[in-house]
Amino acid sequence: MSGLVDDKVALITGAGSGIGRASALAFAREGARGVVVADIDPDGGHETVELVRATGADAQFVACDVTDAAQVDAMVAATVGTYGRLDCAHNNAGISLTPRGFTEVRLDQWQRVLHVNLKSVWLCLRAEIRHMLTREGGGAIVNTASAAGIIGTPGNPAYAATKHAVLGLTKTAALEYIRHDIRVNAVCPGVVRTPLVEPALEIPEFADRLLRVQPGGRLAEPDEVAQAVVWLASDRASFVSGEGMLVAAGAVAR
Amino acid sequence: MTTDLEGRVALVTGAGSGIGQASAAALARAGAAVVAADLDHDGARATADLITGAGGTAAAVRCDVTDEGDVSAAVAFAVEQFGGLHVAHNNAGIGAPPALTVDVLEADFDRVLAVDLTGVFLCMKAEITWMLEHGGGVIVNTSSGAGLIGYPTAGPYVAAKHGVIGLTKTAALEYVRRNIRVNAVCPGTIETPFIGDLVGGDDRARAALLRTQPGGAFGTPDDVANAVVWLCSDAASFVTGAALTVDGGAVEAQGVLLDH
Repeated sequence: MSGLVDDKVALITGAGSGIGRASALAFAREGARGVVVADIDPDGGHETVELVRATGADAQFVACDVTDAAQVDAMVAATVGTYGRLDCAHNNAGISLTPRGFTEVRLDQWQRVLHVNLKSVWLCLRAEIRHMLTREGGGAIVNTASAAGIIGTPGNPAYAATKHAVLGLTKTAALEYIRHDIRVNAVCPGVVRTPLVEPALEIPEFADRLLRVQPGGRLAEPDEVAQAVVWLASDRASFVSGEGMLVAAGAVAR
Repeated sequence: MTTDLEGRVALVTGAGSGIGQASAAALARAGAAVVAADLDHDGARATADLITGAGGTAAAVRCDVTDEGDVSAAVAFAVEQFGGLHVAHNNAGIGAPPALTVDVLEADFDRVLAVDLTGVFLCMKAEITWMLEHGGGVIVNTSSGAGLIGYPTAGPYVAAKHGVIGLTKTAALEYVRRNIRVNAVCPGTIETPFIGDLVGGDDRARAALLRTQPGGAFGTPDDVANAVVWLCSDAASFVTGAALTVDGGAVEAQGVLLDH
């Protein structure tokens, strides 16, 4: 049986947990020749590498703080050094503040979210596209935005702002590089059961509200997002670019 | 319902030129006392003079919207000068030299995000903090058509203006029960110094930009200012979280080959 991404080389940031880990496993399952697991956290990253290798696929860990341009460039160079090329990138690393009102967000907290959720995506796009432009065949990039990139998110202004902005970068890069066979899309997950969301789920009032606004009455599992990521990164999505694909089970229906 | 802003105090950032200047003047014509804030203090003064010369009420303040202290001081200045803050138009913004995503300079990325997104965040935070303690208010942020769709060679600007819409919707939802409305205007290509900088006197670049206009003409700062005044007025009392395009249809025309 042929996979969605047979013989491709995939790079996933924030792959040490949550959606990123599920994405690494999904790329492996769908036939990727090499999976680069990038994360700032070596423990989580190595764990993901072991999980991927257990499926019989080849994986490598690269430590990377995605807010640092030199480290991002080195991450892409390491991918190309190990596997000879980079076909599919999933720019997924992100953080969130615990829920708080707009006026309670301090400037240093705002800056941190802006760097990790937004500037990192631009730095990754820059490094990945630079590589993809140097060779035949282009590539496919998927950014993790969020349903919070499409609607407002009470209690999380920095997250909503940065995820909206990720969609802006996605659409712009898609338009810029479509004639170079580079497709750039985003996934917009609803609320997914991941370590990012766990602190919020521990606030009973917030957890209740989160579940109440899910039309299907449950949160997403990370693999349900990863499925969309791998499809967007695959040749099956050859005419899809600049898209922010909701994976939110109707939580945003527009 | 009316667009009368008599008795209200309005703060406009980036009021020294372009859309901000037109908005400050229009808010003053609607009856508001206006604080014209700009990094360019002379520009802010010129706008205030324009307003007072026409019989309106205005004062000028220098404000770097990326500096939390400056922003707090601007809000405090409005309260000192005119006794409150009821209306805010967070409009200050910059662009960067056109560059593809791989060619954008890190310094340009940081600067555009600092002014166009962090600046709006800091202004909203200071304004909302004051409004929550004083019965509410109205905020309009200047986003852009680039807050809704992608524009090649303007990655950081597009990102920041999308982000402004995220902030707008979030704050609108957070404070709708506290009598604070928050909306955005999304201007298309408006005849301002900003556009002059963008095309740099290049007639062909100007013509290319004109071809993206379904109506074959750029908008004027007053086109945007009129929308701002309406959004800030009681006539728009049930409007919050909106991103109103004022662009002559340019966003809707994206992807359509225009032949002018």
